[in-house]
Amino acid sequence: MKPFRYTRARDTASAVASVSEDPGARFLAGGTNLVDHLKLGVAEPDHLVDVRGALDAGVSELADGRVRVGAGVANSDLAAHPLVRARYPVLSAALSSGASGQLRNAATTGGNLLQRTRCPYFQNTTTPCNKREPGSGCGALHGHGRDNAVLGISEHCVATHPSDMAVALAALGAQVQVLTERGERGVPVSGLYRLPGDRPQYDTVLEQGDLITAVDLPALPWVRRSAYRKVRERASYAFALVSVAAALQVEEGRVAGVRLALGGVAPMPWRAHHAEEALVGRQATEEVFREAARAEFEQARPGSDNAFKVPLAVNTVGAVLRSLVEEEGA
Amino acid sequence: MEATITLDVDGVRRELTVDTRTTLLDALRDRLGEYSPKKGCDHGQCGACTVLVGGRRILSCLVLAVACDGDEVTTAAGLAGGEGGPHRLARAFVEHDAFQCGYCTPGQVCSGVGVLAELEAGVPSHATAHPEGPVEASDAEIRERMSGNLCRCGAYPAIVAAVREVAR
Ligand SMILES: Cc1cc2nc3c(=O)[nH]c(=O)nc-3n(C[C@H](O)[C@H](O)[C@H](O)COP(=O)(O)OP(=O)(O)OC[C@H]3O[C@@H](n4cnc5c(N)ncnc54)[C@H](O)[C@@H]3O)c2cc1C
Ligand code: SF4
Repeated sequence: MKPFRYTRARDTASAVASVSEDPGARFLAGGTNLVDHLKLGVAEPDHLVDVRGALDAGVSELADGRVRVGAGVANSDLAAHPLVRARYPVLSAALSSGASGQLRNAATTGGNLLQRTRCPYFQNTTTPCNKREPGSGCGALHGHGRDNAVLGISEHCVATHPSDMAVALAALGAQVQVLTERGERGVPVSGLYRLPGDRPQYDTVLEQGDLITAVDLPALPWVRRSAYRKVRERASYAFALVSVAAALQVEEGRVAGVRLALGGVAPMPWRAHHAEEALVGRQATEEVFREAARAEFEQARPGSDNAFKVPLAVNTVGAVLRSLVEEEGA
Repeated sequence: MEATITLDVDGVRRELTVDTRTTLLDALRDRLGEYSPKKGCDHGQCGACTVLVGGRRILSCLVLAVACDGDEVTTAAGLAGGEGGPHRLARAFVEHDAFQCGYCTPGQVCSGVGVLAELEAGVPSHATAHPEGPVEASDAEIRERMSGNLCRCGAYPAIVAAVREVAR
């Protein structure tokens, strides 16, 4: 591991200033992804600026009904927060399905959003990877492809984004608050991430020194009826093969409102806009739900090892939305 | 690069100078001679290094020692040698034969003590039927909450029994 300087940020403004001016500096929050990358040689910063103590670690209701989540809130605390459990069950469920109890206690909201892919070639510095080392090639493209994405990929990178929380936040249409040297700005969660194209080394639109300070959850009473389902290789403590975050509003048997986002299938939490548009006004039946999901995957480009993800995602969307219809009936 | 830090380990204040690259796990084992936290995978995947920091369970292999400056750390040894004798959960592990080789046990016990506090506080898990619903110490709940601690001997049924006994 390369030697590095460690400092604790006094406040968010000084943290932004020190990381912005030093290309070798990185923020450190819970450390559950970054410390692993230091050990693996995937990240080699020469200065770590610890922001855990400087970030807001609270959840509060804003005057307009939105809920503000500080970037320093632990994943476990967010999952357990009464406002989140009552108003955004999909978010609480997504968080609880991720990692383990120990990891969720350390992991933060900001760090979770910016965790990097679990692509095995990315994590292994002896194999080619365009995301880790631009221009070196993509080991996953013709290698072990079971985990690869099917939507939004390019010939340069086929990795998925691993976060469960981000899938729920994309479905909710949450807004990320970012502090930059030029001041504060808001970015929707779906707009935070970039598709790989020919520059897969950039996961997000953030620049060196941009600090996530909070995530705002919209005031949407009907997303009380929402759920997260994660399909994986074992029942717990595993990343998603496919996951679905959904919220549904049904009026007289028809879809009045729907929010749908997918995990495990794309380089970013994938908001299923095509499927959502196809659903509004239609009968709320499982066949209609699956048909809409199939429409979303018309753009899919599966490889030989991961074609199973398409029917798996279609079936999971159908099952989750059906369960939400049944919840209403109950 | 080095930094001088203070850790409160199992009730004893310890000051030490560490390379900034040192994890809490390596500081405890290699610098302070606290061998109950075990090194399994060293990448956050097995749970053997679990300790309690400020009463919450975390993985000591994925946190830098410098980031814990000033913190209160409890290891399995601390739980075993408290004033009132071993923690109830440590005793339950012995009574239920909840281990074979014992390598994962200190992490299991620390994690289990964290689980007991989380159940007490009503923190939901992936096994909780509805995020808003009540939390009970069912076998499904305990298995889900303990899933971050692997046991290669497969002592899981006895581990669940030990946690269940103390939780009820
Ligand atoms: C074994 C294992 C299993 C896991 N399973 C899952 C799973 O099933 N689902 C899941 O979603 N996740 C899973 N995770 C990943 C875990 O959720 C992430 O490691 C965690 O959320 C990262 O948060 P952190 O605070 O520890 O981030 P850190 O490791 O501290 O930081 C991660 C990155 O974000 C940057 N950063 C941190 N905070 C900010 C900020 N406020 N502003 C700007 N940049 C910032 C850092 O510079 C770094 O690049 C797993 C991890 C492990 C080790
Ligand atoms: S899929 Fe992306 S992250 Fe994985 S090896 Fe290819 S370029 Fe690297």
